[in-house]
Amino acid sequence: MQRHPASKFAFIRGVMTHMESTSSLLQKQQKRTYYMWVMVFFLIMTTCIGSLYYCTLKIDYTWRWYRVPQYFFFNEEIEVRTDVAGTVESIEDTTDGTLIRINGDDGDSIDYAYPSKKVRIYEGDSLFEGDVLGSYHKWQVGILLQGLWLTLKVSFVAIIFGILLGLCAGLARISSNPAFKWLAITYIEIIRGSPLLVQIFIWYFVLGTLVNTMLAQYGIPQVPPLWFGVASLATFTGAYVAEIVRSGIQSIHKGQTEASRSLGMTYAQSMYHVILPQAFIRIIPPLAGQFISLIKDSSLLGIIAIRELTKATREVVTTSLQPFELWFVCAILYLVLTFTLSMLLQYLEKRMIHS
Amino acid sequence: MINVNNISKTFMVPHRVDALVDVSENVARAEVVVVIGPSGSGKSTFLRCLNRLETADKGQILIDGVDILHPKTDINKVRAEVGMVFQSFNLFPHKTVKDNVSLAQNVVRKRSSKEAEEITMALLNKVGIADKQNVYPDQLSGGQQQRVAIARALAMNPKAMLFDEPTSALDPEMIGEVLEVMKTLAREGMTMVVVTHEMGFAREVADRVIFMDDGRIVEEGTPEHFFTNPSHDRTKLFLKQIL
Repeated sequence: MQRHPASKFAFIRGVMTHMESTSSLLQKQQKRTYYMWVMVFFLIMTTCIGSLYYCTLKIDYTWRWYRVPQYFFFNEEIEVRTDVAGTVESIEDTTDGTLIRINGDDGDSIDYAYPSKKVRIYEGDSLFEGDVLGSYHKWQVGILLQGLWLTLKVSFVAIIFGILLGLCAGLARISSNPAFKWLAITYIEIIRGSPLLVQIFIWYFVLGTLVNTMLAQYGIPQVPPLWFGVASLATFTGAYVAEIVRSGIQSIHKGQTEASRSLGMTYAQSMYHVILPQAFIRIIPPLAGQFISLIKDSSLLGIIAIRELTKATREVVTTSLQPFELWFVCAILYLVLTFTLSMLLQYLEKRMIHS
Repeated sequence: MINVNNISKTFMVPHRVDALVDVSENVARAEVVVVIGPSGSGKSTFLRCLNRLETADKGQILIDGVDILHPKTDINKVRAEVGMVFQSFNLFPHKTVKDNVSLAQNVVRKRSSKEAEEITMALLNKVGIADKQNVYPDQLSGGQQQRVAIARALAMNPKAMLFDEPTSALDPEMIGEVLEVMKTLAREGMTMVVVTHEMGFAREVADRVIFMDDGRIVEEGTPEHFFTNPSHDRTKLFLKQIL
């Protein structure tokens, strides 16, 4: 820190100008070696992808990729039905569809408008309640995208609560107060040491039943399974985040605490202004790993009837009977989520270091 | 100003060390006391006990009449009145030079940003690095960092300053600039306790020199007495080794 590396470089630069030709040769060779290894990388990747493709050809399976897109978006035919019995008074073509007027048997007339030219009745027909007047097509979001969205939502909320919980537990873990410290240790060890699957069961079937029974007694609406799922993921992540926070804080040099405390700052002020901002930059990489795990762990929530991406895929596989395509797609969708998160946190880390 | 009565401090981890044994000392207002001694002699522990970065096991420490070892004492108030400068600077690396100096003014002294900024700039001028106000500490040389650290401590308007080997981590050519700032402070009448190996500084600036060894004060006196006519054999040996 106190040496002056600039002078060293000046010396090297001086030598290099004297040996211009040699150094440029060296640079050329270094460049060649670099590009050679880049080629090696692409070669290995191509081989991997190629062999995977070869394997897919060799298994006894008919690939029907064209069946996959409908689970993202599909064009649903929606039938328009009459709510009343009566006779059709008029059918008009409007600019963007059809307008049907029905004279009800009770004397009122009702208009039905929909965006299509498909009509299944004629003027003067008598209709019963529920008869189909016509139909139109509408793009709907498929079950896989719905599942993806739910996975994203559950993970996001669980990450937010996980950070808060982990921060509190991490600070309690290094506290000298035995109640805080031992509570934190108990929490961390139990949660980290037991299977997430069992924790989800306990949250939903034990705590969930208790909470919902109590709510029912007071006539308050039930808490849906989604929130017990979020709670189980948040407590699970919180335990890991707590350890990450603890190691981050302890990695900050003791002198920082001493300097801030010697200026008269309280423990909390020193934490907030001096220690945590520095610790935060250091814990971003391990946090990223933890959150990626969390996104993938959310696939377990299917067991308590939360239709996130994995459960959605399982349902689609049952109806489509194309397991390979759909599980591949499922994996790729998880990859998209985790990779985006990873990039986002790397960007955040870089920005924080530069500022 | 600083009254230390019979304090002792024993470290049990990693193994038992009696760092301070029954040490008593008084520092008057505006007095500059230099503490010297071989490493492991307890001089740093003594200094760190004065603002309770280490808590003495026994004895009494009065800072401006306040008993800092009393359970009811608000130690943060006392620490705000006693500035400390560390061997390793300990500047806040995530804050600029200006923010390093103004942070505690805002947080502890509750000064307005404008008032804090004025004080900060005055102090940075005083230690001679006003031009580096928006730079981060890792872009400064060791000597500059230590001067910022001194400004940071002074920003609290302390009644006394503690220096824990402020020049030991510096390259030789940077020691002078830090000592110069400290001399200015001494001339202005700051009460100072300085642990250092800079005998030149001790001779020139100190009102009193304390020699510590094995957790005890072996000898103390004026610099003239101390450097020309030390009475204790241990002191003579130490001076012979370092001069």
